[in-house]
Amino acid sequence: MAIDSTRIRELNPASVQAQGVSIDPLDDTTMVVNMGPQHPSTHGVLRIVLELDGETIVRATPHIGYVHTGIEKELEYQTYMKGVTLTDRIDYVASLLENAAFSLSVEKLLGVEPPPRGKALRVMLMELERIASHMVWLGTHLLDLGAMTVFFYAFQQREKVLDLKEMMSGVRMMTSWIVPGGLRGDAPEGWFERAKAFCDDFPRAMEEIEDLLNANPIFRERTQGVGYISAEDCLALGVSGPTLRAAGIPYDVRKATPYSGYENYQFYVPVGQYSDVYDRYRVRMAELYQSREIIKQCIENMPDGPINVDDRKIVPPPRQELDSSMEAVIHHFKLWTEGFHPPVGEAYVPIESGKGEMGFYIVSDGTNRPWRAHQRPACLMNLQALSKLCEGRLIADVVAIIGSIDIVLGEIDR
Amino acid sequence: MIGQLAIAFPANLGPIYLPALVPYIALVIWLGFVLTILPGLIWIERVVIALMQDRSGPNRVGPRGLLQPTADVIKLFFKEDVLPENVDVRIYYIAPVIAVILAFAACGTLVLDAIPFVDAEGRQFTVPLTVGDVNIGLLYILAMASLQVYGIVLAGWASNNKYSLLGGLRASAQVISYELAMGLALLCAILMAGSLRLGDIVEAQATRLPFPGAPEFLRGSILAWFWLGTGLIPVVLYTIAMVAETNRAPFDLPEAESELIAGFHTEYSSMKFAMFFTSEYVAMLTVSGLNAAVFWGGWLPPLNVAPFTLIPGVLWFIIKVMMGIFLYTWLRATLPRLRYDALMALGWKRMLPLALVWLFVLAGANLALERRASSAPLPTPEAGAIVPRMRSTGGPASITGQPPASAEPGPQTPVPGSMEAPASNGAP
Repeated sequence: MAIDSTRIRELNPASVQAQGVSIDPLDDTTMVVNMGPQHPSTHGVLRIVLELDGETIVRATPHIGYVHTGIEKELEYQTYMKGVTLTDRIDYVASLLENAAFSLSVEKLLGVEPPPRGKALRVMLMELERIASHMVWLGTHLLDLGAMTVFFYAFQQREKVLDLKEMMSGVRMMTSWIVPGGLRGDAPEGWFERAKAFCDDFPRAMEEIEDLLNANPIFRERTQGVGYISAEDCLALGVSGPTLRAAGIPYDVRKATPYSGYENYQFYVPVGQYSDVYDRYRVRMAELYQSREIIKQCIENMPDGPINVDDRKIVPPPRQELDSSMEAVIHHFKLWTEGFHPPVGEAYVPIESGKGEMGFYIVSDGTNRPWRAHQRPACLMNLQALSKLCEGRLIADVVAIIGSIDIVLGEIDR
Repeated sequence: MIGQLAIAFPANLGPIYLPALVPYIALVIWLGFVLTILPGLIWIERVVIALMQDRSGPNRVGPRGLLQPTADVIKLFFKEDVLPENVDVRIYYIAPVIAVILAFAACGTLVLDAIPFVDAEGRQFTVPLTVGDVNIGLLYILAMASLQVYGIVLAGWASNNKYSLLGGLRASAQVISYELAMGLALLCAILMAGSLRLGDIVEAQATRLPFPGAPEFLRGSILAWFWLGTGLIPVVLYTIAMVAETNRAPFDLPEAESELIAGFHTEYSSMKFAMFFTSEYVAMLTVSGLNAAVFWGGWLPPLNVAPFTLIPGVLWFIIKVMMGIFLYTWLRATLPRLRYDALMALGWKRMLPLALVWLFVLAGANLALERRASSAPLPTPEAGAIVPRMRSTGGPASITGQPPASAEPGPQTPVPGSMEAPASNGAP
C-alpha cells in the first residue's frame, strides 16, 4: 500500500527500486503484495513481489536465495566421490537425476563410460526418478489449483518409486546411487519384477487422475490460455524442458544429445501447441507414459555383466575382494580418502531432468577436487520466465503458473 | 405429513395448550442437534474425504478418531488469543461474533417436522416443529445468509492484512452474485407452493401428485417433490449457489489457502477463528436444510409405505441434510477451485439468466395447467380465482385438478395470502 512504500522509500530508495516496487508515494492505484517466502504455493521459499491493480497483476518480481546452501562452492572442497552426496540435496525431489548429471560430467573428464548394464540401469533409475519428480509436480500443482485429491493419488505413485529406490539402496530420497564410474550397486533380487509390476499398474493410476482432470471444465477454465509464452521468448530466456516443449519446440536433451545410451530406446517427445498451463500439464502427463515405456524397454533388454567401469583407480573394488587382495585394500583406502584425479580439463554434459536441461560444468586442475563446479539449473532458467508469464493475469493465475513451470527452490538457490 | 402414522397428540393437556410448547421443543432439538453434530460433522467430513483420497483420516483420538474434533475444539479454547498490530480492534473482535450469531439465527427457522394435534372438537391439525415459525421464513433465511457476508468483509477489512482484504472483497462479490441465482431458484419452488413459509412448502409437496393422473400412492412421494416438480433446473442452480454462498470448495475463493493463505481469517486465532469455523459449518447445515425442505420434501419419507413411514420425520430431515453435507465433501474432494472471474461469469452470465428464464417458463406452464384444470368438467368452486392459489395448502391441489375444498383444513396461517403475495414478488 501507499503508506508502506513511502516508509521504505525514506529508508532506502535504491533498495526499493531494486525490488521492483512502485516507489511513487502518491500512486495509490496499485497495491504491493508480498507473496512468500512463506506462502503455501510457492513450492519452497520463493518470494514474489506482486504489484496489483485490484486482483490483476501489473508486475511480478521473483526474489530468490532463501535456501542458498552454497553447494556449488562446497563441491570445490570435496572429492568427486563425496561431491555426489551434495548433489542429492540440490533438487531434492529428483536426486538421482542430479547424481547422474554430476557423474556424467566427471566421467567425461575421466574419459570413461560405464558398461552397458550400468548404462541401462542408470536410464531405468533416471526414468523412475522422472516419474517421481513429475508426480511431485502433479500433486502440488493441482493442490495449488484446489484439487486436493490428485495430490494423494500422485504421491501414492511416487511412494512406489521411492519404495523401489529403497529396495535398491536402503534410502528413499538421498540415495547417491549413481556415481562416477557407474552405480553404487546392482539391483537386488526381485527388483525388476517389482519395477515391472509398477509399470503394469501405472497407466491405470494415471487414467484415474486424467479422468478427474483432462475434461474437467473448471480445470480447463483455470489452465487453458493462462500463462502464455511464445517460443521465441522461451528460447531467449533459456527456458527448457516441458515448458519449452509445450511452446511447440521439440527440444529434449535425451534426443538432441543422447547420453547414457538413450539413443537405444524408442520413445516420443510430446510437444504442445498453445504454450499455456494446460499444454504444460498435457506434455508432462504424456512424458510420464513415455518414461514408463522406457522403463519397460530397460527391463526387457537389460544386459548382463558388470555395472561399473573396470578401473580400480575410479571405482572401489567389491567387498569380497578386500578379504583376499592386498591391492584391493590399497585401492579401497586410496579411493575413499584421497579419491581419483581426473586430468586437467573441463566438461559439461547436459541431461534432461524432470524440469529441463540440467548439467554440471566442471573444471579440473588435475587434483582430486573440482577447481570449479557450476550447475546449469533448469528451474532457475524457467523461473526467469515468471514475470512475463504473470503480467496482466490474476493472483489465482500466479499459483497456476508457478505450478506449471515446476520449480524446486533447492535447485534455484543451490 | 405425518397423518399416515395415525398418531395425533391431544391439543390440550389439562390447562396446558401443547402446540404452544412446540417451538421450545424445537429449540432444544435444533440447538442440541447443531451443537452436538458440529464436531460430528467435521469428523464425517474428514473421514469421508479421507476415504475418497485413499488414506486413513483421523483415527487416534477416541474410537475411530471420533473425539478428534472435540480435542481440536479444546485446543482452540486454550490457544493464545493473538491480536495483530494495527488492527481495527472493535471491528476485529465483532466480526466473528456477527458471523456466528447470524449463522445460528438463520438455522432457527428451518422446519424439522410437523407434529399432528387433535383439538377438543376432534379436528386434526399440524404444528411445524421449528423454533420460529416465520411466515416469510424463506426470505428470512436468505436475509440472514446474505448478512453473514458482513462478518467476512469486516474481518478482512479489520485485519490490516492485504490477503485478508482480498479475501473479504472476494467474499462480498461472490455472495452478492450467487444470492440472486439462489433467490430465483427458490422462487420457482415458492411459485409452486404459493407460500414463503417453510412448513407450507413441505406440506405443498406432501399433497402433490408427481404428474396429473398419477397413481394415488405416489402422492407426496419422492417423485412429487419440488426437485422434479420445478423441472430439475432450480434444484441444480440452488445446489451450485448454496455451495458458493457458504464459500466452500470449489467456490472457496475467499479462503483459498493456496492463493490467499486463509483469506479473511488469516489473522484470527483461538476461539475467534473457531467462531468463523462454526459459522461456516452452521451455514452449511442451514443451506442444506433449506435444500432439503424446499426441494427434497423436508421431513417427508420418500414413499408413503410401511418401512419408510415408520422412521420419524425429524430423522428423514436430518438424513436429507446429511446428504447435503456429503455432497459438500464430495465436491471438495473432486473439483479444483474456480478462478475469480470464472466464478463471476458463472454466476451472472449463466446461472442468473437461466434461473430467470426458467422462472417464467415455470410460471407459464403452471398457468396453462391451471387454465386446463379450471376448464375441466369437474366443478371447482374457487379454481378460477387467484386467492386460493396463494393460500398455503390449496395451491398445488388446484394445479392437479383437485378442488382445494377437499383438502383438509390447512395449518393455522394467521396471515393468509395477503402477506405472502407481495413478499414473493419482492424476493429477489
